[in-house]
Amino acid sequence: MKLPIYLDYSATTPIDPRVAEKMIQCMTPDGNYGNPASRSHAFGWHAEEAVEEARKNVAALINCDPREIVWTSGATESDNLAIKGAAHFYQKKGKHIITCKTEHKAVLDTCRQLERDGFEVTYLDPETNGLVDLKKLEAAIREDTVLVSIMHVNNEIGVIQDIEAIGELTRPRKIIFHVDAAQSAGKVPIDLQKAKVDLMSFSAHKIYGPKGIGALFVRRKPRIRLEAQMHGGGHERGMRSGTLATHQIVGMGEAFRLAKEEMATENDRLRTLRDRLLKGFEDMEEVYVNGDMEHRIAGNLNISFNFVEGESLLMALKDLAISSGSACTSASLEPSYVLRALGRDDELAHSSLRFTIGRFTTEEEIDYTIELVRKNVGKLRELSPLWDMYKEGIDLKSIQWAAH
Amino acid sequence: MAYSEKVLDHYENPRNVGTMDKDDSHVGTGMVGAPACGDVMKLQIKVNDDGIIEDAKFKTYGCGSAIASSSLLTEWVKGKTLEEAGKIKNTEIAEELALPPVKIHCSVLAEDAIKAAIQDYQTKK
Repeated sequence: MKLPIYLDYSATTPIDPRVAEKMIQCMTPDGNYGNPASRSHAFGWHAEEAVEEARKNVAALINCDPREIVWTSGATESDNLAIKGAAHFYQKKGKHIITCKTEHKAVLDTCRQLERDGFEVTYLDPETNGLVDLKKLEAAIREDTVLVSIMHVNNEIGVIQDIEAIGELTRPRKIIFHVDAAQSAGKVPIDLQKAKVDLMSFSAHKIYGPKGIGALFVRRKPRIRLEAQMHGGGHERGMRSGTLATHQIVGMGEAFRLAKEEMATENDRLRTLRDRLLKGFEDMEEVYVNGDMEHRIAGNLNISFNFVEGESLLMALKDLAISSGSACTSASLEPSYVLRALGRDDELAHSSLRFTIGRFTTEEEIDYTIELVRKNVGKLRELSPLWDMYKEGIDLKSIQWAAH
Repeated sequence: MAYSEKVLDHYENPRNVGTMDKDDSHVGTGMVGAPACGDVMKLQIKVNDDGIIEDAKFKTYGCGSAIASSSLLTEWVKGKTLEEAGKIKNTEIAEELALPPVKIHCSVLAEDAIKAAIQDYQTKK
């Protein structure tokens, strides 16, 4: 067993060696290195073939038409193109957008930018289990609502939103429905023939493909139109200009092809490991799982160890690559905005750890993790005045703390 | 974040962890910080009849720098008079532990803790 143990698969994943093999074939002088947009020679034709093969593989995983896939640099760009592109194209119909407080920053910050451009945004509060209440969503819909953006799987707590049900609310009202599926593709079945989603963002590196490549699904029937955010050679039917990165695209295609083949068996394995991890903590006092356990991806466990501060716990767990909050915000001292949106006390938000398990995680690594976490939570609780007070039966909420 | 060696040493081998009887007339207790802010420090001193701090104990909920700041403080105050201990500045703690700017508040909290413990002891008398 190699240390440190990687348990941060929701931050990123290593490229599957089978994917890397395919990518290398599109890079060197004896490989498929042409520009897919070159029409005048075989180098271009071969590269275009590889790109279209990858497009089919991506489309197959989510059951859509390959012509509905637009390549981007990643899910952040896809979110920007979807939300800004649709909001601006359809702004004559209305300027109201609905999203949720636990969305990824790529969605929240894009909505903030649109507010500066004169749009109005409603940020829904999730329920305490992390799920959006459909009745509250329906109640937030207005005459001038043009776009609803709700993520499929949350990056921190792994909960799965019911996108099929949301699509039933938006479609009859002709409201565009965008879904950030960066954390769900390859982990949760997606059927875009069934789900009435209009725009869907994808990333390759969350599912054993390379970083720097993603895609946006743009529905053809009913046809969804976007205002391009990147102008140039008119690639991707004018929606996203820029030379297609053949090796990246081929990598994403192969990663999605493998995901389709292996998702079911892989999920069973991940769930067994995740449940083993959770079971390892179950007899400890004052341990809280964050987010719904039933509507949740197999590889995620987000858990708070009350009366232990998260940063000191991470320091003790240097043999584990895990995160406290999401990697995008872990440079700041703020507790996770996602956990706060669930209504978790700041104390519990400060005490949270996110374990995300993936393709290369072993049972041995999980057992080592359990032992290490138990030992150090115990050690830090011995050091914690709050733990003493809890043990003495003092209600911490009854104390007047001097905030600083 | 990279921690200094001294922070790591105090974090891994904290000195003077423990609790004293807060009702003992020789013991002064200071508890500062707030759970919602991510750190709470409890510092206790035992003062002899000559006004010298004989013993010190701490418990801290907080990051590694907060734990190290309080651990270091218990080492420093032992053997000092109340007056000397009350003069310890947060900047000295921050310097000794090479705390980065975002962690200066940990040393401030430690200074507040010793002042609160001294005040508690004096109020009791």
